[in-house]
Amino acid sequence: MSSFWSIWITVLTLGTLVGCYLLLNYCLKNFAGVEEGEPTGHVFDGIEELNNPLPKWWSTFFLLTIIWGFGYLLLYPGLGNFQGLLGWKSSNQGILNLSESKASIANAKAAGMLVQYDREVAAAGEKYGPIFDAYAERKIIDLATANDDEATSARKVGQRLYLQNCSQCHGSDARGATGFPNLADKDWLYGGSPEMIKATLIHGRKANGMIAWSAALGGEQGVKEVTAYVLSLSGREVDTKAAEAGKVKFAMCAACHGSEGKGSDAMGIALGAPNLTDNIWLYGGSPRAVEMSIANGRAGVMPAWDKILGEQKIHVISAYIYSLSHE
Amino acid sequence: MTTTLEHPAYNFNVVRQFTVMTVIWGIFGTALGVLIAAQLIWPALNFETPWLTYSRLRPLHTNVVIFAFGTSALFATSYYVVQRTCKSVLFGGKLVAFTFWGWQAVIVLAIITLPMGYTSSKEYAELEWPIDILIAVVWISYAIVFFGTLVKRNTSHIYVANWFFGGFILTVAVLHIGNSMVIPVSMFKSYSIYSGAIDAMMQWWYGHNAVGFLLTAGFLGMMYYFVPKQAERPVYSYRLSIVHFWALISLYIWAGPHHLHYTALPDWAQSVGMVMSIVLFLPSWGGMINGIMTLSGAWHKLRYDPILRFLIVSLSFYGMSTFEGPMMAIKSVNALSHYTDWTIGHVHSGALGWVAMVTIGAMYHLIPVLFNQGRMYSTRLINVHFWLHTSGIVLYIVAMWISGVMQGLMWRAVNTDGTLTYSFVESLVASKPFYFMRFVGGVLVVIGFLLMAYNMYKTVYAKDNSLKPLEIS
Repeated sequence: MSSFWSIWITVLTLGTLVGCYLLLNYCLKNFAGVEEGEPTGHVFDGIEELNNPLPKWWSTFFLLTIIWGFGYLLLYPGLGNFQGLLGWKSSNQGILNLSESKASIANAKAAGMLVQYDREVAAAGEKYGPIFDAYAERKIIDLATANDDEATSARKVGQRLYLQNCSQCHGSDARGATGFPNLADKDWLYGGSPEMIKATLIHGRKANGMIAWSAALGGEQGVKEVTAYVLSLSGREVDTKAAEAGKVKFAMCAACHGSEGKGSDAMGIALGAPNLTDNIWLYGGSPRAVEMSIANGRAGVMPAWDKILGEQKIHVISAYIYSLSHE
Repeated sequence: MTTTLEHPAYNFNVVRQFTVMTVIWGIFGTALGVLIAAQLIWPALNFETPWLTYSRLRPLHTNVVIFAFGTSALFATSYYVVQRTCKSVLFGGKLVAFTFWGWQAVIVLAIITLPMGYTSSKEYAELEWPIDILIAVVWISYAIVFFGTLVKRNTSHIYVANWFFGGFILTVAVLHIGNSMVIPVSMFKSYSIYSGAIDAMMQWWYGHNAVGFLLTAGFLGMMYYFVPKQAERPVYSYRLSIVHFWALISLYIWAGPHHLHYTALPDWAQSVGMVMSIVLFLPSWGGMINGIMTLSGAWHKLRYDPILRFLIVSLSFYGMSTFEGPMMAIKSVNALSHYTDWTIGHVHSGALGWVAMVTIGAMYHLIPVLFNQGRMYSTRLINVHFWLHTSGIVLYIVAMWISGVMQGLMWRAVNTDGTLTYSFVESLVASKPFYFMRFVGGVLVVIGFLLMAYNMYKTVYAKDNSLKPLEIS
């Protein structure tokens, strides 16, 4: 901040504390013009006021807090631009990206500052890093399926990380919810190999292929026909005439979902186009819900987690996720 | 025998209006609180209806208890006290009635717009800009009436209660106008002119001082009249009232940043907020000492006077929560308490313990005076109310302490591998029994308010002067 504001803050802060001290000091003296313990002589609607002195313990304690206040502001940042004698900071504030953060950590170190957040992160890294280093040396599939102590504990760690970071959308039992895939079955949008799961976690996924098809299909009628055909793929009873008509239009869908509607994963492409023949419905399998998906499109997003969790933790979560469908 | 009055004929009409509304809003506000407490245990109680959801009723609950119940009580008592201690009729003519009807209009608008989902999303300042303007107009009228009455007083000094009332009225005007600065984009939508951390700081400068000035300074004004009056004893220390008044108002205004510890708020602001919050502790206690010590020589009255009991227990809760507050403002304590139910418990020990109890005591003192009676219809019912209310608060606060500290501990518990021991939902499951306990406490408080309303009704509609003061043997 500019020196004007720095001085402004310093003067007001110290002024308030000094003011409190002077006020206390003034009221310790008997200025009321009558003996201590006597009424002051003011009467308000029958209420009198006594001129009792301030309780000693109270004024002492008040004075001590004021002194403590000065002490704290001497040691910690508080008085404008003055950083405090301890050189303490809670975090590298005002950081907008990773490179700024790195530079800021280096600067603070060079200046001998104690940045609490950096210290805590470093301490945690030192303490817990070796555990994750050991997990990282083993393959995901190994951690997911082996029965030794290390692999079992890795899966437990993965589960806890999952519960903290993933369960909000995918559910505590990983069975998903409308719009959020079930991770405990063998139906995968972007591939269910350990490596693909890890890639999904690291980079995130953006399903922007399912656009609104209503216009291209010729409005409501076309949507209904394609819906009938799509539902017939998983053996549902539908209006056969509509399904016949829908089958023709399905050519447009085949680019992503495949000519048989088995989805992109069956073709070995990570497009995220669901298998339409297995009666598993990400956005609901009622005729109405399928119509909605076709007419208006869907755009599911899985955030990228590498900057939040780091690769090592994702490695362990991937093992846990993989183990769910391979128990 | 002389029949000349020592004072002019006071305007008690507006005091009566605000007094009756205080009790009615008290029932409504606490009943809403009980409903949302129940929703936290049985979510189905929102009946899948948007305007009955927790997210919309919670701001309505806080608005009704703070601005309908609490502020109506402050209007009633400040108008009553300023007249009697200045020996002067309320200044402002028609403006006085405007403050009553204007303020009730604000509340009715809140009751309509908040459940509809119109909100500025600023805590305790949710009302949208047209209502904010009405609040500002009513509040400035209030200031004109109050300070006008002070100016034309017929006493040489200004009584300490009026310092507190005056301080609270002025500061709330500044806070409300400062924090509500927005750019309207439509009739019911606006955006704050502040952004980011500055917006957060403005919000908590407002938010904490709504507590500090409205719910503390204002109610200390109430306390300074009704405690000595009910106890029939002089105020303990004039000098203590001076030092604690000036220290309280000059320190409180700094305390807002303690709501934003460990956030994007700059470190310097966090430090200053914490220091001032801690230095504030003793000045806050000054009011409690002055109130409780006023009882010296009259302690026996607590045995038979439940009104005095309300007033004195309110001061105990005041002392407790003004100790708890500075403690929670310490960064390392805040790291545990912040975002947990502990905060909710703290607020309610202040709101139900201090604010509501001093108000209830003051109302029980006021109602007979305003409606020409020697006492309330039933002293026994006041006593029952006292015990219901006290047990309700104790249940509430204890439940929230346990739940809050437990949440704080569960959220920070880590395993040997550094992962968090508990997921969020586990802390919710653990809190559930305490949510039930809180709900029961809330029900007791509401029953108490209903008894109060009944007692008030019987007093107001009794024949003039038919209720004689009880003879104390």
